[in-house]
Amino acid sequence: MAYVLHPTGNKGGGDPSHAVIQLKPDGTYVLLIGAMDLGQGAPTILRQVAADALGVPIEKILVSNYDNLLPLSVSTSGSRVTLIDPHAVVNAAEDLKRQIREWFAQQHEANPEDVEIEGETVYVRGDRERTVMTMEQVAMGAAWGGGYEPASLIGRGAWQPGKYHAHDPETGEMPNVGAISFGAALAEVEVDTETGTVDVLRFAQVWEVGKAINPLLVRQQINGGYCIGAGFALTESCYPYFPSVEYAPEKMGDYFMPTFEDYPQQMIFGIEEVPHPNGVQGAKGFSEGSASGPPPAIASAIHDAIGVWITEFPITPEVILRALEAKQAGVES
Amino acid sequence: MTQYVGQAMPRYGGIGQVTGTTKYVDDIVLPGMLYAKCLRSPVHKGIVRKLDLSAAEAVPGVVGTLTAADIPGQNLYGFSGDQPVLNNEHLRYKGEPIAAVVAVDEDTCMEALEKVKLEIEEQEPVFDMLEAIKPGAPIVRPGTTHNLLEFFPGVTTRILKLGDVEQGFAEADYVFEDRFVHNVQDHAPIEPHVSVAYWDAADQLVIHTVSQMPYFHLRYLQPIFNLPLSRIRYVGGVIGGAFGAKNDIHADHIAGLAALKFRKPVKYRWTKREDLSYSTKRGAWVFEYKTGIKKDGRITARHIKQWHDTGAYGALSVYAVEKCGMFAAGAYHIPNILVESQIIFTNKPIASSMRGFGVINGQTCVEVHMNKIAEAIGMDPWELRFINAWRDGDQGVTRYTVQGAGGLEAMKKLAELTGVQLPDHLMAMSSRRR
Repeated sequence: MAYVLHPTGNKGGGDPSHAVIQLKPDGTYVLLIGAMDLGQGAPTILRQVAADALGVPIEKILVSNYDNLLPLSVSTSGSRVTLIDPHAVVNAAEDLKRQIREWFAQQHEANPEDVEIEGETVYVRGDRERTVMTMEQVAMGAAWGGGYEPASLIGRGAWQPGKYHAHDPETGEMPNVGAISFGAALAEVEVDTETGTVDVLRFAQVWEVGKAINPLLVRQQINGGYCIGAGFALTESCYPYFPSVEYAPEKMGDYFMPTFEDYPQQMIFGIEEVPHPNGVQGAKGFSEGSASGPPPAIASAIHDAIGVWITEFPITPEVILRALEAKQAGVES
Repeated sequence: MTQYVGQAMPRYGGIGQVTGTTKYVDDIVLPGMLYAKCLRSPVHKGIVRKLDLSAAEAVPGVVGTLTAADIPGQNLYGFSGDQPVLNNEHLRYKGEPIAAVVAVDEDTCMEALEKVKLEIEEQEPVFDMLEAIKPGAPIVRPGTTHNLLEFFPGVTTRILKLGDVEQGFAEADYVFEDRFVHNVQDHAPIEPHVSVAYWDAADQLVIHTVSQMPYFHLRYLQPIFNLPLSRIRYVGGVIGGAFGAKNDIHADHIAGLAALKFRKPVKYRWTKREDLSYSTKRGAWVFEYKTGIKKDGRITARHIKQWHDTGAYGALSVYAVEKCGMFAAGAYHIPNILVESQIIFTNKPIASSMRGFGVINGQTCVEVHMNKIAEAIGMDPWELRFINAWRDGDQGVTRYTVQGAGGLEAMKKLAELTGVQLPDHLMAMSSRRR
């Protein structure tokens, strides 16, 4: 088994994200945030967060996330987006609602505190009948003016998990860590002692993610992390004949990444939720960590199978056979 | 009221990827678009003595070439600020870009590259980082006397420490040591590095990028192009996988420089072969672990040494090694921790970020180490972890405080899902209290 962690957010903090939510003239919304999508689904979860923060159907929100005309999100790396960007989105949604209340109060000669936004309906508390408007009417009135005062209803939000703290030069002290996620993994393997090949029969991995904003994407990340981790554990090497570098893989056919054929016969996924104080609804990132569980779990299962501890990665058939030979010769690997 | 957070929803825009309608950067084709290809170092280490591009420029269809002299700003970039865009002096790794050819198509570029007259004085390279730190080893960086990265002037070992490991080892009943070796891994995303650059009607340099961190990369690109942000439009898109490979610029600088010089749209893309051979990697790593432990399973001290091979340039290795070091002792309550880290230059391609930065490397070591310790002291590996696992309020090596801990909860869930029967005293444990 293996019990691993993954920090979420850039090392030392100071890695903000910014978001803008614009109310379009027809009552729909555009969420602008510079969070690149590498396939992991940043716009998917940020749209979910925005829909909840605005209290509107998710179909009303378009996400635009790739252009330097958009607000800065430091990077899509370090498993930081799920922890940080939702705060920027929620802050932008709150700012937009504040502006809507102010504009609405101005139109109806009321106090902004008395303006109620119920999803796509806006009214002055205690005077609903006379004042109620749909968000589409609000959007149209603010955008086109006409009988109303025009206003640019654009919410802004920024957030970072604390100011940057450099390492102390002598002790390395750096107290700021955004959040930490936790994983646990268990592998069952079969080792062919004649060829040295390892077959992962069953693999289980659980991640404690604070709050799974989208459990489907969490599961897919655990799945993808398995492939990277299993490749690191068993097959992937840019220099299979190191210290010679003269033979190096030049095409995908010589660089052995796990494929469907190498996938375990049984894969068990688990999600655990311990809400994190720094996360929106407790959510924190974890994705990169899902590659951490497989290498130590697989290496330990190999020991269980053949009685040899292997501490060199990747554990190629050659490494296995050499370890078995050494064991037979009575020498500890 | 929560409505969408917590729901399993399909990927936004995912339908385009599964039906083949999503446009990736390499799908962009513009009228009059030119292509670029780099002349790469054929040697692992050497000095360029002659670079004559005239025959390449004479090939029909070639529009021109790019060398260091064509760079309007500085010929250096990267997270460590030490990588030349085009290097025609001291070459540090096989595949390092020396110059570029720009032509009407890639075949013409390749034909022209074969006509370049390049003379290199080859030098003895070093590939093994542990050889590279021995006295008399070939020096990777010209003008220096050793191959160790300096975290600060004169400081080549980064120290992270909590408590006093010597005291912790003195308190221990047993001490265990292990050594780990990790080889080099490539990200191997389906989409190789690619960039398209052109001038738009507002005289703005538009670059279509596959960057994972556009705002960081703009900070590298601006000094190369010598342009303010108001004159660069940096457009990302759907990225065909990255895994950390696209935290480093591989194509935008070359495409941008070609567009600057020739005032035409330019596409520059790496082949898969170039990508596997010469792009950034998860670098090689060597670790030594030493742990002091009491008979009852409590860990008293952990001392970790790590050596990281950054290849020819620094890139994100400092970040990866420090991040690895912050978490390499594992998610355990250990009062005394010392992590000593060194980063070593070799003549391999550049090591930089890859999924998890260095954290995955450290977690791999610590968990094999823990299983070996469990076996050696005759304790169940689950119990060893439950005893030592972080609870809220515990501190890591750099004095960060653990909040919202969930390690025990994750392990209990794993046991439940896999039919492992844990004894009651372990099931009663919680991350909320020790």
